[in-house]
Amino acid sequence: MRARIAVLALLGALVLMPYLWMVAASVKPVSEIFRASLSIWPEQFAAAENYGKVLARVPVLHYLWNGVVVCGGILLFQLLFAVPAGYALAKLRFPGRGIAFGAVMLGLLVPPHVPALPLYVAASGMGLLDSYTALIAPFTISAFAIFLFRQFFSALPDDLLHAARLDGMGEWSIVWRVVLPNAWPAATAFAIFSVVSHWNDLFWPLIVVQGHEHATPALGVLYFRSEEAGDDFGAMMAAAVLMTLPLVLAFLLAQRRFVEGIATTGLKG
Amino acid sequence: MAGITITGVVKGFGATPVLRGVSLAVEPGEFVALVGPSGCGKTTLMRIIAGIETADAGEIVINERAVTRLRPAERDIAMVFQSYALYPHLTVRENIAVPLAMRRLSVLERLPLLGRLLPGARRKRASIGDEVRRAAAPLGLEPLLDRRPGQLSGGQRQRVALARAVVRRPAAFLMDEPLSNLDAALRVQTRREIVDIHRAAGVATLYVTHDQAEALTMADKVAVMMGGELLQVATPEAIYADPADLRVAGFIGSPRINTLAAEADAEGRVRVAGVPAGLRAEACGALTLALRPEALRPAAKGLPVAIEHLEFLGDGLLLHARHVPDGAALVARLEPEAREGLQPGAALRLGFAPGRALLFGADGRRVAARADAGLVPA
Repeated sequence: MRARIAVLALLGALVLMPYLWMVAASVKPVSEIFRASLSIWPEQFAAAENYGKVLARVPVLHYLWNGVVVCGGILLFQLLFAVPAGYALAKLRFPGRGIAFGAVMLGLLVPPHVPALPLYVAASGMGLLDSYTALIAPFTISAFAIFLFRQFFSALPDDLLHAARLDGMGEWSIVWRVVLPNAWPAATAFAIFSVVSHWNDLFWPLIVVQGHEHATPALGVLYFRSEEAGDDFGAMMAAAVLMTLPLVLAFLLAQRRFVEGIATTGLKG
Repeated sequence: MAGITITGVVKGFGATPVLRGVSLAVEPGEFVALVGPSGCGKTTLMRIIAGIETADAGEIVINERAVTRLRPAERDIAMVFQSYALYPHLTVRENIAVPLAMRRLSVLERLPLLGRLLPGARRKRASIGDEVRRAAAPLGLEPLLDRRPGQLSGGQRQRVALARAVVRRPAAFLMDEPLSNLDAALRVQTRREIVDIHRAAGVATLYVTHDQAEALTMADKVAVMMGGELLQVATPEAIYADPADLRVAGFIGSPRINTLAAEADAEGRVRVAGVPAGLRAEACGALTLALRPEALRPAAKGLPVAIEHLEFLGDGLLLHARHVPDGAALVARLEPEAREGLQPGAALRLGFAPGRALLFGADGRRVAARADAGLVPA
């Protein structure tokens, strides 16, 4: 037992190390970062300097707000479309259901980089480049979400849905009042995957966004590096800490639910 | 007052016929138990009445209203499911309130926070709350109203499901094996409660079960279903004492009814293994003589049997024996005092009163019979 904890602690420390190093570096002066000897704890605190530089030079709060809008918008629409679709594929009988589900499975196989060019051309053609719409719209229908919800909803007992129909609920009421509240583990698990991947996504924002107006946090770090920081690693790490902070805080606040969600859906990544 | 009438309901799954033209009437205020072995189509019939399944043919009338093409919610019925089908995310109070809330509150009024602010919603919610308490009180659910189904025992969940069915005052109750997930002691107690609920509500109730004891003890009328057909619909007493079909006689009653091969000559005199049985049938040819275990008793004249073993039940004694001429197994239910002098292996004669003998033709249908000279003492 004790040995197992020791091994897990060691692995945990290994995984945490880069993050800790980033946090440590963000409060060190440049001279200390490039020193030959290795130490986590800084001798001189340069936090005010580093963080001050970031906050003064780039609109960090604006990037974070963009991140919240984009990730929140993506998640909202993904749930709005995937929950009813998953319900229909799992529980309703209609012609073409098998084909529709097959199409969802096929959709799982397409990497996001493949449709990037056509989507870019479409967004450009509609004059939507450099807008929230361009950042959100391509991700609103997630084959992964539909698949995940379908699998989860399949396990709901049919009698529960029959009872709801007898109680006077229509199919929409059933989806939002019975099915979704009983699928919280699946919804939270999916929310983590969706928010983390879109918060950290650099590829698509880099393609459709120009300038600071609609830049997401990941893009913001990139801008800061190329335009402002040069080789000022302390300030760069401070920027990275600020951009990841909301995710870390969100996880710490809802840790128990997240773990529950991932454990009960068997979605360990 | 309301009743359920179904006429000529046919249903097949693929090539397999499940219901072959079933017609049944549940009168207003009547409790009808639909009983049959697993897979006989009884649950399918109930689902068709509820509107969860659609029939291939046939008509359903509830409360003098043709509902065959209406959605489940529009049929004004409440159903209790075998699995209870409670909403796991809602408290007991909310579970019971759902059927009322869905009918009385508008879409806007049902919204989580905003809905409470709308004029009128508060008053409607208060009246729903009162009715929930009124439905929950007789079932002893008041202390549990704020728990969730996951925190309740099976019996408590069952009562919540009953309260949810009662609260709406539907035109008819449908109950699909509601007691089969309860332990034996609780089952007997809940039987009583369901009958009380039915009496208090006074509406037509159709109760599906595979347990003949439930059907006989609870129902005003028992409908026996096998192979997608209704074989007989009658009072529990008539189903037991006067079955119309050999399959009904065999399904109802425990221990199972005894059957012996018999034949009737041209004049209808019935013989069992060549010996006159004291009966005259209104048919001739091969017949089946059926006798309830309690109709048999040791007698000077009767069926020759060899005793196999005895089972003491406390309030009775089961005598397992073999009919000597053809080896057919027979069970007789005797008084416990009759044990004296009965030994496994011993020979015995089992007589019966001609009035308690049931005769069935080769097609399984009942054949009328009357007493005649023969095996039994005159």
